[in-house]
Amino acid sequence: MQMTGNSSALAQVANREPPVLSSEGLTIRFGGHVAVNNVTADFYPGTLTAIVGPNGAGKTTYFNLLSGQLPATSGSVRLYGEDITLLSAPERTRRGIGRAFQLTNLFPNLSVLENVRLAVQSRAGLGLNLFSLWSDHREIIEKAEHFLHRVALAERRHEIAAALSHGDKRKLEVAILLALEPDIFMFDEPTAGMSVDEVPVVLELIHHIKAQGDKTILLVEHKMDVVRSLADRIIVLHNGYLVADGDPAEAMASPIVQEAYLGVGVAEHV
Amino acid sequence: MLTRLLSGDFPRSRFLALALLIVFLGLAVAPFALSGARPLNVAATICVFIVLVASYDLLLGYTGIVSFAHTMFYGIGAYGVGLSLYSLGPSWGAILLGLTIALVVSLALALVIGLFSLRVRAIFYAMITLAVASAFAILASQLSDFTGGEDGRTFRLPEMLTPGYTLFEGEIFGTSINGRLLTYYLVFVSAVALFLFLLRVVNSPFGRVLQAIRENDFRAEALGYRTVVYRTIANCLAALLATCAGALMALWLRYTGPQTTLSFTIMMDILLMVVIGGMGTLYGAVVGAALFILAQNYLQELTGQASHALAGVPLLANLFHPDRWLLWLGVLFVLSVYFFPTGIVGKLRKPNP
Repeated sequence: MQMTGNSSALAQVANREPPVLSSEGLTIRFGGHVAVNNVTADFYPGTLTAIVGPNGAGKTTYFNLLSGQLPATSGSVRLYGEDITLLSAPERTRRGIGRAFQLTNLFPNLSVLENVRLAVQSRAGLGLNLFSLWSDHREIIEKAEHFLHRVALAERRHEIAAALSHGDKRKLEVAILLALEPDIFMFDEPTAGMSVDEVPVVLELIHHIKAQGDKTILLVEHKMDVVRSLADRIIVLHNGYLVADGDPAEAMASPIVQEAYLGVGVAEHV
Repeated sequence: MLTRLLSGDFPRSRFLALALLIVFLGLAVAPFALSGARPLNVAATICVFIVLVASYDLLLGYTGIVSFAHTMFYGIGAYGVGLSLYSLGPSWGAILLGLTIALVVSLALALVIGLFSLRVRAIFYAMITLAVASAFAILASQLSDFTGGEDGRTFRLPEMLTPGYTLFEGEIFGTSINGRLLTYYLVFVSAVALFLFLLRVVNSPFGRVLQAIRENDFRAEALGYRTVVYRTIANCLAALLATCAGALMALWLRYTGPQTTLSFTIMMDILLMVVIGGMGTLYGAVVGAALFILAQNYLQELTGQASHALAGVPLLANLFHPDRWLLWLGVLFVLSVYFFPTGIVGKLRKPNP
């Protein structure tokens, strides 16, 4: 069922460094429905892997399994070679897996700054500090403001998150992910629903993270031009199966992708 | 200095600042300004309930936990001090011992209830606390040899806190400094200290995480916060503060019984005070408790006077009859919830910066 492509670029990366994050036979079953079926993939530092596939292919569910929002029915997730399948979502976040959500998932009645500040505070391990004042931790606030600057939301910092426009909420979502300063960035359709002029801000940020060279980036994205411009590697999911994994050109040529995104041909795998 | 004391959490509204100042000064000078046992009793009750309601708001307003076991912890505090004074005789040591035992019991219970049930959905947690609290109330009235059953226990306080004791001869502003007055200030100062402590907790990095959990616990987890740990700590803190409030109430009343500490009516009162004052702001507890207890105590007289004034008018005089005071209390609640859905303080105050 798999037609795993072994691109030379990938092989080079694989030779250089061990995978940061990997899933082995990862499966989740909801009753009779298998949303993610036996997916095995490795993710390497310095690469951006785009995960594509038609709606309902299991992309977000696969993300949820990697970042711990859902428990796997079988298979395993490894981080730096260590099995983290049984660890909770907060524990995985502390170990460096950062996650932005597809459906905007903020603290609606807290201010924009507070949304980001909470992420910085978590990263700094300050959450269980009961007796100091939050406002005395200037460095946390300044750092949060820095991340708001990077997504061009600094001017809105005192607004309530619920009052932001959809595009600004998406940007805030990205700022929260940046503020966690993870080793692994998981973006779930970061530009969905954004207006044309807002998209470049987010893409620029992802470019910037990629340019640091040591971060592992996973990106679920529907816009093929975005995928083409950013991805080093593409994984194609279909009905929960991994049906293609390889360099962009190769994966784009697969019948599933052709059918799902370009509407041509009939996939042999269906 | 004031910033440190209030943990940087200023009223942010002139009306609110004024209201808080009136409550604070009123309670501070109550023994000198008012004569008679009843006003002082009302003032002491307000002090205790400010702590009790504020600690409940830590759960309901800040963390989003609905618990019906708050009066149980309140009762543990009252029974701890009460039974200790009753069986060991009036001494400071007995108060300290009773309070310590009560705090340990509360902490253990809050920890167990929290760890076992804070993972489940809110409604189930509310049901579990309701069951535990009911069991505890029944236990307290059934173990009558130990707790005094439905009658409760009356006990004596250390000599310094009895009405017969005077600190020195003579009077200040026409009031003699007796043990009753000292007890009042013990309650008042403790209440202020406990309230300021709570204010610090909700404005700490920890307090901010509690708000995040209330807003979106799923996302709080994704940020790396183990919400069960935070909820459990909040639960334990609220329980310990309610225990302290119970101990203060027992000292003030020199009596402990199921009706004054464990009854479900008190739980309802606490809920109403939180809602009327404003959830998610501790100042709401101050305003809510003060208004509610004043209304509870003086509305009857007020309606009585209104009825008297309207003696000639056929329907109105009857409507304002002193026996109808509960009706008017109910009307006040409905109106306040209708006009201030976010509570009085929520309405007055500008949102968080």
